[in-house]
Amino acid sequence: MAIRRKLFAGLAVFLSGLLSSAVYAAADLNMRPGVTETSVEAFELHMIVVWVMTGIAAVVFGVMFYSIFAHRKSKNPTPATFSHSTTVEVIWTAIPVLILIALTVPAVKLLIKMEDASNPDMSVVVTGSQWKWHYKYMEQDIEFFSNLKTPQVRENFKLEDAQNNENYLLEVDNELVLPANTKVRFLLTADDVIHSWWVPELAVKKDAIPGFINETWTSVPTPGIYRGQCTELCGEWHGFMPVVVRVLPQAEFDQWVVKKQEEKVAAEKAAAEAAARSWDMDKLMALGKEVYDAKCALCHQVNGEGAGTFPALKGSEMAIKADRMKDHIEIVVHGKAGTAMQAFSGQLTDAELAAVITYERNAWGNNTGEIVQPAEIQAFKAGN
Amino acid sequence: MTERAPQDKNKQLVLRLLGIVGGMFIFGFALVPLYDVFCEITGINGKTRGQAIYQKETVNKDRLVTISFITNVNRGMPWEFKPMKTSMKVHPGELSEIRFYAKNRSSQNIIGQSVPSVSPGEGALYLNKTECFCFDQQTLLAGEEVEMPMKFYIDADLPEDISHLTLSYQLFNVTEAVQSATGAAK
Amino acid sequence: MADHHPTGIKRWLFTTNHKDIGSMYLWFSFIMFLIGGAMAMVIRAELYQPGLQFVDPNFFNQMTTMHGLIMVFGAVMPSMVGLANWLIPMQIGAPDMALPRMNNWSFWILPFAFTLLLLSLFMEGGAPNFGWTFYAPLSTTYGPPSTDFFILGVHMMGISSIMGAINVIVTVFNMRAPGMTLMKMPLFVWTWVITAFLLIMVMPVLAGVVTMMLTDRHFGTSFFDAAGGGDPVLFQHIFWFFGHPEVYIMILPAFGVASEIIPAFARKKLFGYASMVYATASIALLSFIVWAHHMFTVGMPVAGELFFMIATMLIAVPTGVKVFNWVATMWKGSMTFETPMLFAIAFVILFTIGGFSGVMLAMAPVDFQYHDTYFVVAHFHYVLFPGAIFGTTAAVYYWLPKWTGKMYNEKMGKIHFWWSMIAVNLTFFPMHFSGLAGMPRRIPDYNMMFAEFNQLASIGAFALGLSQLFFLYIVIQTIRSGKKSEDKPWDGATGLEWEQLPCPAPYHTFDTPPKVK
Repeated sequence: MAIRRKLFAGLAVFLSGLLSSAVYAAADLNMRPGVTETSVEAFELHMIVVWVMTGIAAVVFGVMFYSIFAHRKSKNPTPATFSHSTTVEVIWTAIPVLILIALTVPAVKLLIKMEDASNPDMSVVVTGSQWKWHYKYMEQDIEFFSNLKTPQVRENFKLEDAQNNENYLLEVDNELVLPANTKVRFLLTADDVIHSWWVPELAVKKDAIPGFINETWTSVPTPGIYRGQCTELCGEWHGFMPVVVRVLPQAEFDQWVVKKQEEKVAAEKAAAEAAARSWDMDKLMALGKEVYDAKCALCHQVNGEGAGTFPALKGSEMAIKADRMKDHIEIVVHGKAGTAMQAFSGQLTDAELAAVITYERNAWGNNTGEIVQPAEIQAFKAGN
Repeated sequence: MTERAPQDKNKQLVLRLLGIVGGMFIFGFALVPLYDVFCEITGINGKTRGQAIYQKETVNKDRLVTISFITNVNRGMPWEFKPMKTSMKVHPGELSEIRFYAKNRSSQNIIGQSVPSVSPGEGALYLNKTECFCFDQQTLLAGEEVEMPMKFYIDADLPEDISHLTLSYQLFNVTEAVQSATGAAK
Repeated sequence: MADHHPTGIKRWLFTTNHKDIGSMYLWFSFIMFLIGGAMAMVIRAELYQPGLQFVDPNFFNQMTTMHGLIMVFGAVMPSMVGLANWLIPMQIGAPDMALPRMNNWSFWILPFAFTLLLLSLFMEGGAPNFGWTFYAPLSTTYGPPSTDFFILGVHMMGISSIMGAINVIVTVFNMRAPGMTLMKMPLFVWTWVITAFLLIMVMPVLAGVVTMMLTDRHFGTSFFDAAGGGDPVLFQHIFWFFGHPEVYIMILPAFGVASEIIPAFARKKLFGYASMVYATASIALLSFIVWAHHMFTVGMPVAGELFFMIATMLIAVPTGVKVFNWVATMWKGSMTFETPMLFAIAFVILFTIGGFSGVMLAMAPVDFQYHDTYFVVAHFHYVLFPGAIFGTTAAVYYWLPKWTGKMYNEKMGKIHFWWSMIAVNLTFFPMHFSGLAGMPRRIPDYNMMFAEFNQLASIGAFALGLSQLFFLYIVIQTIRSGKKSEDKPWDGATGLEWEQLPCPAPYHTFDTPPKVK
């Protein structure tokens, strides 16, 4: 008996220790209320349900534990014989029904509000693809890809990286910038598989489905940075395609739009200049390696040997035979349907495309000696 | 009771249960058309319906609905594809036209199929297309460019709470699928 | 009649005896449970700390997928069929299952199905990596080559389950001893009949959906491919039309087990027998009209979301009735707490916690925040581990004397219970918090803010994994050197198997139908 008691005491200390360290370690054990009207209301509804459920649990488990204590064989040697009571059974069917009805009312109200994307002030098309997001501002004519800041190669994700970076896995190269206090409508779709766009603090989660368009909305009152992730399994790097929304006051947002549009013009000019120039092999190879390691090595590997379903480029016919050069350009520029091979025309400049193709045709013993000039890419894209 | 009786009873019941199994297997497939019908009635997935015929609808001049156009070119599809206007305002009941620009930028002939989707999904019920390139597949020769018209009208009884429709086209390269299908037919 | 049986390997290969087949099912499911559990250990080891430590993301996805498939189809479902085989004939006074040769078949398909599935791990491109829910187009257009083996495997296990279910229904309808009316059947039999009906209704739909996948992949159809006029969301509708009843297929027999064990140790008749039967049936019926609550974020019209939300919340009512009935059975009983009872009580409590999070998930506007996070993982593991698996564990302890004629070591049983109880909660309770904090499911790496909860869950998981080996030890030790059991080791136990058969139950039982009071 004494041993058992000691055991229980030890157990209790162990458990409470675990619990308190957990509480200490993570300040928030709960859902975050978020910053939008709907997220706060969702949080409140969540709290209501939590408390209702806790109440029911307290009553049901309370009765049960009392029974376990008081109706043990040692305390109650002769069991009662009842096994049925219509009254009681009707009561405990009716009470849950009433509780559920009471819970349904606020849920219905909030649901209708959350699904009402009408009369937006601006619209953003969000396109998911393996494994990044693409944002297109309908009114401002701005569009860009949003990648995880760290290139998606295994070596980049270590414990130290997580410990040294508060926003580990939650940082992107190009954030989605939105104005505050503006009803923004998101139109979601996907390029390959289903993705899901989630920002917890805005209480926005909607699936991006290839071939279909979905809509949802938000209106963020407080400027700030809000981070989320893709929440629908979308393949190998599903855990590595975050969503980052930066909300700016209207005036700053307008400045940002102007800056973005200027950048776009400048980039087009630079690309045209680069394409007009003739590049030498060393320059193309240097740029090509940089681009390859960042964009291609994830699947085709740094050594060009491929992995699993991702084909090897080293020694591949397409990358070494002169008459297949056109196919090579084609697949890099436009991608391949039904595979993870994306169209890179929108993601890389003509110079970068030319460089990476040149690199692939000359690295790892693919010594074709062939050079692809940015001008050739430009001509290819124009359909000539 | 004879010895055979329970055997027969078992057989009968097994056959009946197998009937349920077979029925449910077929039901699984029946869900495909059922789902389409269900979607057509409720607009659940935003798929637009087939060709409509415009018959002098009453035009509601008091109401303006914004309709935006989005295009999305799938990977492996070497076309440029975009609406000539990204959005327009129309009166319900009025027949309007929008043109889409497409150019085959590859050195091969490509067959494309555009798949429409409307948001909000219910809106699909009220968007009637009398003429659309999406009804058929398009073949563009290498380097060819076209302007493709789409004529449509919005039902006058579009619910009041819908003020804005978005029509999206995702363009797929179906060259291989079509070629392998015709190859198989030969 | 002599109680002889064939010996050697032929006994097991060709047996048509429900007890042999039941044992094989139980052992098979336990092996699968260990394999699926080993995969869970890989997952938890990777998630012990942030960073990619042990496996690459693609292999991690293969692990989550295979863990789910093996646990659902290889561990939980066969263990329930094993219990059905052992118990249903004895509980209704039948000499065997109605279709004994089919019974042999339905078992022997399984090892082949799962060998096929497991071999895919060694194939070019790796095993299926698209989650146990295999959403299109990730599993169709983008699936690895091994997907075709997965499809074949699913077909085989589907056929096995359907045959098992048909056998149960025919046995119960045609083989009951005279006087064993439907409303006298033990609740375990009732829950199994209802489960069997669910199985024959939904397994063909699963077979249908994987067939569509196969034709989409290889024969040019486009059920789920938007390019050809299909719809990826349609996949989810069909899958969850199977998938939600599947959840009840896994849990209803465990309800039956609890309804046998709690009265036995409370030494009091089950409270509200009839309402238990009706509640089970209504849960089964409702399970057909709630499937889309798994899909609140796919973009349904509000009316659809409302319908599925309300229908789902309704399920809480019959489920609540069951829980209340169990508590009322305990009320004013004369309880003792041997291992089966402990597991049964833990089942009721922890399953109910899973039910609470279920109601939370049913509420569409808040579900947007929970959906596809660890909160969901916590929810369904609470329903499946302390639900289905504790149910089976309780059943094993309770009927082990009947099966083997030996008594397990009570002290070790209790240690096993407390060990599992602590480990289960340590594993799955923190997942609620990581989910609420915003951690998506099926990710191999995460931000530091989720680190503590994941560490706790991993520690719990390792302890939980070890406890299963301890369970194996207890069972083997019982079979080898357990004390001989009395014919009726539990004084409150009722039912034909306890009242009219010795321990162990002879190889052939009830060749002449028993008298049912």
